[in-house]
Amino acid sequence: MNEPSRHTTFHPRWYRERMSTYWWLWRWKYLRFVLREMSSVCVAWFVIFTMMQVRALLRGQADYAVFQEWLRSPLLLVLNTVSFFFVLYHAITWFNLAPTAMVLRLGGKRVPDFAIAGANYAAWIFATAVVAWFILRG
Amino acid sequence: MAEMIQLEVARYSPEKDAEPSFQTYEAPLRKDWVVLDALNHIKDQVDGSLTFRWSCRMGICGSCGMTVNGEPKLTCATFLTDYAPGPVRVEPLKNFPVVRDLVVEITDFLEKLQKVKPWLIRKDDKPMSEGEFLQTPEEMDRYKQFSMCINCLLCYAACPVYGLDPLFSGPAAIALAQRYNMDSRDQGAGERLDLLSQSEGIWGCTFVGECTEVCPKHVDPAGAIQQYKLTAAMEWFKSFLPPGGNP
Repeated sequence: MNEPSRHTTFHPRWYRERMSTYWWLWRWKYLRFVLREMSSVCVAWFVIFTMMQVRALLRGQADYAVFQEWLRSPLLLVLNTVSFFFVLYHAITWFNLAPTAMVLRLGGKRVPDFAIAGANYAAWIFATAVVAWFILRG
Repeated sequence: MAEMIQLEVARYSPEKDAEPSFQTYEAPLRKDWVVLDALNHIKDQVDGSLTFRWSCRMGICGSCGMTVNGEPKLTCATFLTDYAPGPVRVEPLKNFPVVRDLVVEITDFLEKLQKVKPWLIRKDDKPMSEGEFLQTPEEMDRYKQFSMCINCLLCYAACPVYGLDPLFSGPAAIALAQRYNMDSRDQGAGERLDLLSQSEGIWGCTFVGECTEVCPKHVDPAGAIQQYKLTAAMEWFKSFLPPGGNP
């Protein structure tokens, strides 16, 4: 697509390549980014799912039994399995990006990237362990 | 006879072409030759009409940025042997209008760069007799990485946000604004805030991160933008506080 010159009189014509709608498909790094963005939908689904679970719990045993039966449906099994892997991908990619966005200084020196990412992973493992203990204690 | 490598070079002549096409050339595949050497060989020995920008040949001037096999590269730092046996496809930088062959129009960037005021701004300048503004190594360390930018525009070519929305200020302009914002001698952060905190400024960035990946000087523009997002958010919260900063 050629456009009239916006800037100078010395470039009466030029060629501007139009960006394809599918720009994110032709490069793995872009596809990786779009998958990371899309994983937010799965994160939102898990939030809604957890709220539904809590609501069923609060309504009593009979309601929770119906909820558990619903969980066994093939559609929900597939949805939750796919969502689980996307949420994992979401967490790992964002933890790896955290050092880029978060610059901490201690004693005048920048805290190394691995320490910031490592702190995020440690907090994640700790929170998972607490939740696992809460659920599995019997 | 020396081993040769094929180069598929994008050609575009605004006077006669509706769109670019590729022309194949051959250049010696020498161990110490970069893509720019091959282009200069073609221009000097094969086809004098081939047009491209270059100057220093040592990764300082930022003139010779092009797309090599789909990736934005400084052609003076991209060795031919890394692409052997070839062919090597050389195109102009993406996301910019092509003026001719491998030359792109960069006025849009230059205008954006000027808007972020990439220079030291002082409100209380002191007379020369009082000497220079001193700075500790730690203070310099805060902005040094961002000051390494050579305006080569590889980051703009790698940024899909800039490709989709040409109003976006873009990685290098924001990184250079941050270079001055973080300089202890500068007092112009407030002047830059209005421009940078617009939707076409830092908030346009979706953190694809490719600008940082392709930067030949390890400037980390993606980091500069994300760090400035935090600063802008803090400034926004502060605007709700009464003067003096006390709630």
